[in-house]
Amino acid sequence: MQTHIKMHTKNLDFFYGDFQALDQVSIDFIENRVTALIGPSGCGKSTYLRCLNRMNDLIAGIRVKGLAMLDNDDIYDPSIDVVTLRRQVGMVFQKPNPFPKSVFENIAYGLKVNGMKDKAKITRIVEKSLKQAAIWDEVKDRLNESALGLSGGQQQRLCIARALAVAPEVLLMDEPASALDPIATQKIEELITELSSKLTIIIVTHNMQQAARISDRTAFFYMGKLIEVNDTDTLFTKPELKQTEDYITGRFG
Amino acid sequence: MIKQRLIVQKVCFSFLKIAALLNGAALAVILYFIISRGWRAISWEFLSQAPRDSMTAGGILPCIVGTMALCLVTIFVALPIGVASAIYLNEYASQGKLVRFIRLGINNLAGVPSIVFGLFGLAFFCIVLKMGVSAASGGLTLGIMTLPVIIGASEEALKSVPNTYREASLAMGASKWQTIRKVVLPVAFPGIITGSILGISRAAGETAPIMYTGAVFFTPDLPASILDEVMALPYHIYVLATAGTQIEATRHLQYGTALVLIVLVFGMNLSAIILRSKIRKNLRI
Repeated sequence: MQTHIKMHTKNLDFFYGDFQALDQVSIDFIENRVTALIGPSGCGKSTYLRCLNRMNDLIAGIRVKGLAMLDNDDIYDPSIDVVTLRRQVGMVFQKPNPFPKSVFENIAYGLKVNGMKDKAKITRIVEKSLKQAAIWDEVKDRLNESALGLSGGQQQRLCIARALAVAPEVLLMDEPASALDPIATQKIEELITELSSKLTIIIVTHNMQQAARISDRTAFFYMGKLIEVNDTDTLFTKPELKQTEDYITGRFG
Repeated sequence: MIKQRLIVQKVCFSFLKIAALLNGAALAVILYFIISRGWRAISWEFLSQAPRDSMTAGGILPCIVGTMALCLVTIFVALPIGVASAIYLNEYASQGKLVRFIRLGINNLAGVPSIVFGLFGLAFFCIVLKMGVSAASGGLTLGIMTLPVIIGASEEALKSVPNTYREASLAMGASKWQTIRKVVLPVAFPGIITGSILGISRAAGETAPIMYTGAVFFTPDLPASILDEVMALPYHIYVLATAGTQIEATRHLQYGTALVLIVLVFGMNLSAIILRSKIRKNLRI
């Protein structure tokens, strides 16, 4: 089967001031697949994720070297509009962070800031996004109520719906289930699997079972370096390096 | 041992409690003092007429209107500039030399004595800008004096907006300005408004900054424009109590005026609180 590389980095270095947080990281992300980034805390996986939609730009004193590509565009090229990039590469955060607005307004926000004015179209996309995020049935009668009244798991699926509304091509997820209970986590995992038929997903997770369950490919980070990346099944059953094996079998980390 | 510890704890708590109670007591004493001596002066005539007979009779309408005019100018000057500065300092500026310099300026502005603001206002607004003694000059002087308070309150309000809101908005392809305008400001707005009104109500009671710049001893006319001189409540109290023709005979008028000023300031503070809770409800926080 022909696979298309949706995003890739080549020899990506990242510095916070003098501290080098990423060292020569090269990964290919295949279109419409789920790639999991695993590794112990502080290994650079979240930093790497935030390089992919340039959220790190918000931090003062950072420096990026190397190549990060979305299709054929270098996302760190000066001609790239960061605002457009972030619409193409959406993000879901660790803690559910809905705006203190109604359920409807939360989803419509991304459409409005991107210039959509047609109310009927906005309503249609809000409904479609909520259905895609498998939360429509739970919120369809309370679209005008505050999103902050939803449970944690519902809020996180709302945030996923909000990210989907602007039709991103890639979705970055930074430990999206780590603040949720097991049932809410299961729903998010099912959702990720479903979404991956139409969307390239890159997910940071601390939970190795989760990585094994939901991802097609897994990348293992340690101390700012990419140690090993492979098909998830291969990486978990026949890791090439001892370091990877030690981590996934729980011998360190 | 345990007993001794409990006793020490009791003594300390009692001390803290007394310290806290003293605040309330001070307010209660001030209120009692002013209300008990001033309420007899309050009448419809007192609130709706100009002073008569060398300010020993009649009302204080020009002072009420004058103080309100000064407050309005203060709001128009200090609120936009203060909030804009706070947004710049908190949301846009990188923490470099310029920002440190601006902050230093703001902190020092807050420490300048109010009489110095009065002299500056006289020299700059009244004379250099040729606005004379007027509600505009007085309001501008009060405005500059209030700026640090408004900037401080607004920055606190902006800081209390969780960063996750900003990140979520930016991650959806919103620009920085859209994020500030549509996500950050609505959440920070109640805090900004409350802090600002508290600052302005403080300015409403100031005497020193307006005695050379905006307020006059006596004028029976209500201001027709902001370039007119005005009477003001705090300055009127000062005049009656120190420079009037019959200081003792006008005591009840002095306390009556003080009472009106306090009610006015309380009214502003109360409206700030009501406004805040209303906006919070609309925001669905």
